[in-house]
Amino acid sequence: MTRFNAWNVFKNGLNGQKGWSRQWRDPEPRSNYDVIIVGGGLHGLATAYYLAKNHNLNNIAVLEKGWIGGGNAGRNTTIVRSNYMMPGNHQFYEHSLKLWENLSHDLNYNVMFSQRVHVSLFHSPGAKDSYARRYNIMRLNGTDGELWDLKKLKKKIPILNYNNARFPIMGAAVQPRAGNARHDSAVWGYARSANALGVDIIQNCEVTGITRQNGNIDSLQTSKGSIKGKKIGFAVAGNTSRLWQMAQLGNLPIESHKLQAFVTEAIKPFLDHVVVYGVGGAHFYISQTDKGSLVFGGDLDWYKSYAQRGNLPIVQDVAEAAMAILPSIGRLRLLRHWAGIMDMSMDGTFFICKTPISNLYLNAGWNYGGFKASPASGWYFADLIANEQPHKYIQHHHLERFEQGINLDERGAGPDPKLHG
Amino acid sequence: MTSFRIKNYGKVNRKKAISFKWENKKYYGYEGDSLASALLANNIKIVGRSFKYHRPRGIMSCGVEESGGLVTIGSYDKRDPNVRATTQELYQGLTAYGQNAFPNVNFDLGEINNYLSRFFAAGFYYKTFMGIPPFEWGTGTSIWMVFEKFIRKAAGMGKLSTLPDPDNYEHAHDFCDVLIVGSGPAGIAAAKEAADKKLDVILVEQDSLLGGDQLGDRVFNVDEVYSELKNLNIRILSKTTAFGLYDNCVMGLLEKVTDHKAEVNDSLPRQRFWTIRAKHIIIGSGSLERHIAFNNNDVPGVMTVNASKHYLNRYGVLTGKNIVISTNNDSAYKTAESLYNAGAKVTVLDVRQDISLPPIFKDKIPVRFQTVPYNINGSRKIKSIDLATITDSSYKKIDTIICDQVLLSGGWSPVVHLLSHRGSSPTWNIDNLCFLPGNTKENISIIGAARGIWNREECIKSGIAGALDAMNKMGLTKTNYFFPKEGGWKNPIHPLYEVKHKKLISKSFVDYQHDVTTDDIRLAHREGFESVEHLKRYTTLGMANDQGKMGNIIAISLMADLLDKKISEVGTTVFRPPYTPIAIGALAGRHVGKHFRPLRVTPMHQWNLDNGAVMIEAGLYQRPWYFPKKNETLTDSYIREATIVRKSVGMCDVTSLGKISIQGIDSTEFINRIYANPFAKLPINKTRYGIMLRDDGIVMDDGTSWRLSENEYLMTTSTAQAGKVMSWLEELLQTRWTDLKVNVTSVSEQWAAVAISGPKSRDVIKSCVENSILIENLPFMGFVSTKLIDGIPCRIVRISFSGELGYEIYIESDYANTMMNLLWREVKKFNGCLYGLEALGALRVEKGHVTGAELDGRVTIEDAGLGKMASSKKSYVGSAMRKRGVLNSLEREQLVGFFPINKKHTFGAGTIVCEKNSIKGFGVGRITSVTHSPELGHWIGIGFVKGGKERWKNITLIGSDPVRNKQMELKVVSPHMIDPEGKRMHV
Amino acid sequence: MIRIKCPYCGERDHSEFTYGGDASIRYPALDASREDWTQAIFFRENIRGFQKETWHHLNGCRMWLEIERSTVTHEIKSVKPCHPDLQKIMDSKK
Repeated sequence: MTRFNAWNVFKNGLNGQKGWSRQWRDPEPRSNYDVIIVGGGLHGLATAYYLAKNHNLNNIAVLEKGWIGGGNAGRNTTIVRSNYMMPGNHQFYEHSLKLWENLSHDLNYNVMFSQRVHVSLFHSPGAKDSYARRYNIMRLNGTDGELWDLKKLKKKIPILNYNNARFPIMGAAVQPRAGNARHDSAVWGYARSANALGVDIIQNCEVTGITRQNGNIDSLQTSKGSIKGKKIGFAVAGNTSRLWQMAQLGNLPIESHKLQAFVTEAIKPFLDHVVVYGVGGAHFYISQTDKGSLVFGGDLDWYKSYAQRGNLPIVQDVAEAAMAILPSIGRLRLLRHWAGIMDMSMDGTFFICKTPISNLYLNAGWNYGGFKASPASGWYFADLIANEQPHKYIQHHHLERFEQGINLDERGAGPDPKLHG
Repeated sequence: MTSFRIKNYGKVNRKKAISFKWENKKYYGYEGDSLASALLANNIKIVGRSFKYHRPRGIMSCGVEESGGLVTIGSYDKRDPNVRATTQELYQGLTAYGQNAFPNVNFDLGEINNYLSRFFAAGFYYKTFMGIPPFEWGTGTSIWMVFEKFIRKAAGMGKLSTLPDPDNYEHAHDFCDVLIVGSGPAGIAAAKEAADKKLDVILVEQDSLLGGDQLGDRVFNVDEVYSELKNLNIRILSKTTAFGLYDNCVMGLLEKVTDHKAEVNDSLPRQRFWTIRAKHIIIGSGSLERHIAFNNNDVPGVMTVNASKHYLNRYGVLTGKNIVISTNNDSAYKTAESLYNAGAKVTVLDVRQDISLPPIFKDKIPVRFQTVPYNINGSRKIKSIDLATITDSSYKKIDTIICDQVLLSGGWSPVVHLLSHRGSSPTWNIDNLCFLPGNTKENISIIGAARGIWNREECIKSGIAGALDAMNKMGLTKTNYFFPKEGGWKNPIHPLYEVKHKKLISKSFVDYQHDVTTDDIRLAHREGFESVEHLKRYTTLGMANDQGKMGNIIAISLMADLLDKKISEVGTTVFRPPYTPIAIGALAGRHVGKHFRPLRVTPMHQWNLDNGAVMIEAGLYQRPWYFPKKNETLTDSYIREATIVRKSVGMCDVTSLGKISIQGIDSTEFINRIYANPFAKLPINKTRYGIMLRDDGIVMDDGTSWRLSENEYLMTTSTAQAGKVMSWLEELLQTRWTDLKVNVTSVSEQWAAVAISGPKSRDVIKSCVENSILIENLPFMGFVSTKLIDGIPCRIVRISFSGELGYEIYIESDYANTMMNLLWREVKKFNGCLYGLEALGALRVEKGHVTGAELDGRVTIEDAGLGKMASSKKSYVGSAMRKRGVLNSLEREQLVGFFPINKKHTFGAGTIVCEKNSIKGFGVGRITSVTHSPELGHWIGIGFVKGGKERWKNITLIGSDPVRNKQMELKVVSPHMIDPEGKRMHV
Repeated sequence: MIRIKCPYCGERDHSEFTYGGDASIRYPALDASREDWTQAIFFRENIRGFQKETWHHLNGCRMWLEIERSTVTHEIKSVKPCHPDLQKIMDSKK
C-alpha cells in the first residue's frame, strides 16, 4: 500500500497519478471466515479494522449489500462531539472523540476532523442549568466543556440573531474539542486500512438468508453465495430488524425512522463553528464543510419510514430553524436534501451486545449518534466479538436493559423512539 | 469568441434599453435579456472562475444547467452569490460581479492553481495535510487545522452577506386536478387537452416566458400561446420552478416574484414557495444537451449548440463569428443552418459516417465526418481547434482550424429529476444514449423530451397522451391511448463522450464548475471508486451548483468503459430535490424573526405588562418572571416578592397550566387508572394532587384534579406537558380503554387562573366574592363554584404550591382582567404584591415541591420522594413497570434538600454533588433547583443524592460546578425546608 | 407530503397529524406481568412494508386513527378510527 503523504502526492503529480492503486481490494468471498461483519458502513468497517489491528484476527469479511458507506455513513451531518452524560455513554463517546483526534494518522487517511468548537445555544435559565449539569459531568470526567455568556458568544459568532429572535439567545454550552469531519473519507480510510490488514471487503453482497445449526449461525446466504462464519456481527443500522427477523430472533427495541439532511451551495467561509440549538419545539444543527457548503439538519420526519427521501414539512421546519438563528442565510440556496434511515432505539442509546445466539453479536440503535460514535463503536464491538465479554463502558448496552430498569436515556424522553432525536 | 447583437433576430424589446453594471462597469442590454445574453451581447467572455483550478469560465448554456456563468448579484445585505447568469432576467440597474477570483475574474491570482493542477488531482486532499510534510509527521489535528484554514479560504464560490436578509418571502398553497411541469410543446398540448376535458389545470414554467424549446425558434408568438391557455382557464405559473416532487403528488415550487425587478413594491415578496397538491402530475420538463470531453474543452467560447440557437433566436445575439460545431447527433444541424443564415462562418464536425444532408451543407457549411474535437488552443479565449479522427482505438490529430467559438452536442439527457425524487431509477436507453424516466405506480405521467422524444410533432402527441393517461389514472375515463416511442432522429446518434488526448495529463473537463476531468475519473477507477456514488463522492463530480446536469453522463460512460460494463449496469446517482437550488429564506417564508414560532400569551398578559412584569419564555408561552420595583434586579425582586407572600399575600398568573375537562360515567375509573395515587374516593368538591406515570413506570407529569360532580373532573397539568398529557389521555381512551365512557376536552384556554398565596389570601378573596362564607368554610383541598362580587362566575380551589395558605381562582378567560383588577385592589390593601415565576420557584424550592427540573424523564415516583403516595391497592398506568429491576434499588438518587455549609455560599442548578475525596466522575448526586431563601437567609437547593438523606447524615459533600468555576461544601437536608409539617397551608 | 384521508375531516396533509406507533401492539392489562409489558412497550416488529399504525389528528378532529401504510413507499391502504364505536358511527352515516 503506497502511503499517503505529501511526498507521494508530489511524486504522483509528476507521473500523472499513475502510482496510486486500489484503496481496497474487490475480492470474491471465501467460503469460511473467522468473523463476518454484516454491514459495510462506518461501524462495520471500523469493527473489522479493530478486530484485525487490536485483536490480531486476519480472516475477516465485511459484507455490504451496496457500496461501502452508502447508508448513514454517507448521509449524516458529520458532527463529532462527546457531550453525553449518562454513565457508560459518556466514556464511550469521549473515547470515540479521542480516536477521532488521531484517526487521520492512525488510518493514514485525512478524515479532516476539524476541532472547530461545538456550540450549543441556550435560550432560558432552565436550559442553561440543564447544560450545566451535562457539561459539569463532562468536566468531572476529564472532558472539555464550558459555558459561554452572551458577551463571549457575540464575540465568537457575531452573525447569530441577537436582535429579534423569538427566543432570545442567552449563551452557549461549548465543547472546544468537538467539531466536524469528512464522512466519506472516514469510510474509505477504515476500508483501506482494514483491507491492508487482510480484511475482505465484499460489496454488492446482500445477506438473503441465515442458516442456523445447533442454535448457532452456521452460514449466511448471500447474493454471492453461502458464506460460513465462526462469529457473526450485525452492524446494519436501519435494517437491523430485518436481519434479526431473518435469524428468527423476533422483535427488537428499535424502530426505523428517517432523518433528513440538507446541504447548500458552496460559499466562502461563513460559519467557523458547529452550532446547535433546540427551543420552541425546534431542533437544529449546522456547520460549514471545508468545501464551503453549509450542512444542516433538524428533527426526524416524525413517522416511521424506510424511505431515504424526506417530505416538505420538515424541509420548511428546518429552514425556519436555520433562519431563526442565522437570518443572513435567507439568500443562500439549498442545493440538496435527502434522508437516512435511523435505527432509533427505545431510550435513545445504542446496543453493542451479545444476542440469544451465542455466535451472533449486535451493534445497532445509533439514533442520531452514529457517525461520531463509529470509531469507538468499532473498537468496543471488536473487543466484544474477540473477548466475548463486554467492556465495562458498554456493560449495560444490551437488550435486557429495559426489563432490568437500567436507564441510559440521555433525553429522558421515554420509550418513544421518535422522541430521541 | 466575438459575440454581438444582430438585427432582425430575437424576442427582446429593442425599444427598451436597460443599463446594468458588470464588475463596476456600465453596459446596456434590452428588456427581455437574461444577464447572460446581455453579457454576450457586450462580448464579455470571462464571467467566472472554476472552483479548484481557477480557470476562466464563460457562459456555457442558456438555462438552469449552467456551470460556467455563476455570478454574484447585488451588494450589501442583498448580495446574492452563485446566481446563474443564464436564468437571471436583466433589469435596470442590475449589478453583477464575478466570483471566486482575486482581484477579479479577468486576472485571478488563484490561477496559479491551474499551473499546479497536476498535483491537485481528485481526492489529493485525502492523502496529505495530516501532519508535517512531506511525511505527515505528528499526531492529532493541529497540523491539519492549519492547512484547513487555507483550504477553506480557497474553497467556496461566492461570498454570502453576513447581514440579515432584508427580503420577505411568502408561502402559498393550492390544489388542482393536474399539475403540468414545463410549457414546451408537450406541456402546452397536455394542458390544452386536460383543460378541454374540464380538468382544473395548473401549468408551471420555470422560465419567464412560456414555450420551452420553441423560444429557440426564429418565429414564435409567446403572447398568442399565453392568451390561448388563459382562455381555457388554465392557471399559469411562470418564473416558477417545480423543485421537488413529494409523496401523494405534492409538489414544492418556487416562484420568483420580484427577482427580476429593479424597484420592488414593499408589499410583494421576493419569492413565493408553493405547495401544490395535485391529483395527477404531468412532467414535461424537457431535456438538456450534453457537452463532450476533450482537452481544454472549457475555454470561454465553448457552449452547447442549443444554447447558441437560443441566444440567436431569443435574444438576437450571435455568439461567434467563426463557429465550429461538434456533434454526434442530428439536432445540431438546424442550429448550424440558423447560425450560418445569421452571418456566421460555420464548420460542422460529425463523429458519424457520412449522412445525407440538405444541399446547404455541401455548399455553404462544410461538414467533416468522422471528425471530433481534439484540443482547443487558447486559454482566455478560443484561438483555434485541433481536429482528430479515430484510428484503431485512439484519436489522431489531423488538422487545426481557426475559430472563435466551439459548440458542442454530445447528445441529450431527459430531465428525469422529478421522477427520480420519487425513488424511481431511470433506465439507460441504448438507441438514444440517454437515461429515460423509470416506472412509477403513482399518478405521474411523463411527456415530451423528458420521455426521450426528440421530434416536436411526437412531443405534442405525447402531451395529449399524457392528459389522457392522467384521466385514466384518476379514474375518470378508460380511454385507449399510446405514447409515441422515444427517439425521432433520422440518423442514429453515435456514442461520443470523451476524445482522449495522448498527453499524460489532459484538461478534459467533465464537471466544469468543480474541475473534474476525465483523468480524475480514471484515477478514481484506479483507486477502486467504481460505484457511481463513490465516483461522485471521491471526485466531487456533480456536486456543484448544477448537480451534474451537464457532465454526469460522460463520467458514467467513462466508468462503464473502464469497468468493461454497460452504462445500464453502472447506473446513475440518485437525483435529490431541489431540482435547482432554492433560497432558504423562501422555504422559511414568514416564519422568521419574532414569527419563528407562535407566541402564546395568557388573557392577562397585557395586564401583567401594565403592572410592571418582566416576561420569560416558558415553552411557547411568555409568563411573568418578576415584577421589579424601581432599580430592582431579578434577585432583589424575587426575594421581595417571596418574602411578601410568606408574610402577607401575593398573586401570580398561573393560566398557562394545562386544563382538561374529563366527563362521562366512567370518569372516576379513568382518572383512577391514570394517576399513581388513589382517586377512586375523591369526594365531590374536593381536589387532589396526582402523579401520572408513563407506561414504563417513570414519572410523566403531576398536577391536581378536582371532582366537580359525580362524573366530571377538571385536571390540571404542568405548562410544559399540557399538550402531551392531553394527547395521551385521548390515546388511552380511543385505542386502549375503548370500553370506558369518558370524554376529555382541553379547556386550557377557556380558563384564566391566578394563584393567591399568603396568610392574607383568605381575606383578599373573601372581599372579592359575593358569598364570603363559602370561602371562610372552604377546607384545604376544597373547591367551590361561586361568583365574584360583580357577578362573574368563577371556580375557587384551596391549594398551595407556596406552602402558605393559598387559593387558585379560575375564571372564564374573557373576564381575566376584571378579576385581576378586583384582586389586585384587595391585595394592595394588605401591602401584598404581584409575583412571578422566579418567586414562585423560590417558594416551591423552600417547600421541596418538584417540577420539570426534577421530573426529567428518568425519575421514578420513589426517587421524587413521593413513593408513599403511590397506591398499592390498584393497578394504574406504569404500575407494572415502576419497580422493575434496578428501579427498585435503594441506591438510587433520591430527592433531598441542600444547604451550603458556609451560609454565604451560593450555588447553581446543574451542580454535581460529590464525595469529598472523590470530586470526579458522575458524583453521588446533583442539584436541580436553587434559590435564595428569604426565610432561612441563605441559599438552598433541592436535588437528588444516592441513597437519600439518611445515607449522608453528618457527612459534608462537595458541590462541584466547574463550568461556572464554583465549588462549595454542602449539607444534605430534608427537601421540606420550611414548615415541614405543612401547618401554614392548613390554617 | 403524505395525504391522509381523515374519516371525519377529509383529506389533509400529514403535518396536521402526529404519528403514534405500531397499531398491532396489544397493550396488556394494567395488572399484567412485567414480561408482557416489557414486550409491549419496548419491542417492535419494525415492519418494512405495509404496517398498521396509529396517527393522531392533533390539529384537526383529534381522532386517533388506525392507518395501514407502507413504510417504504408511504402509500396508504386504509384509514379508520381506532375506537370501534367511532367506526360504527362512521359506518352508519355512509
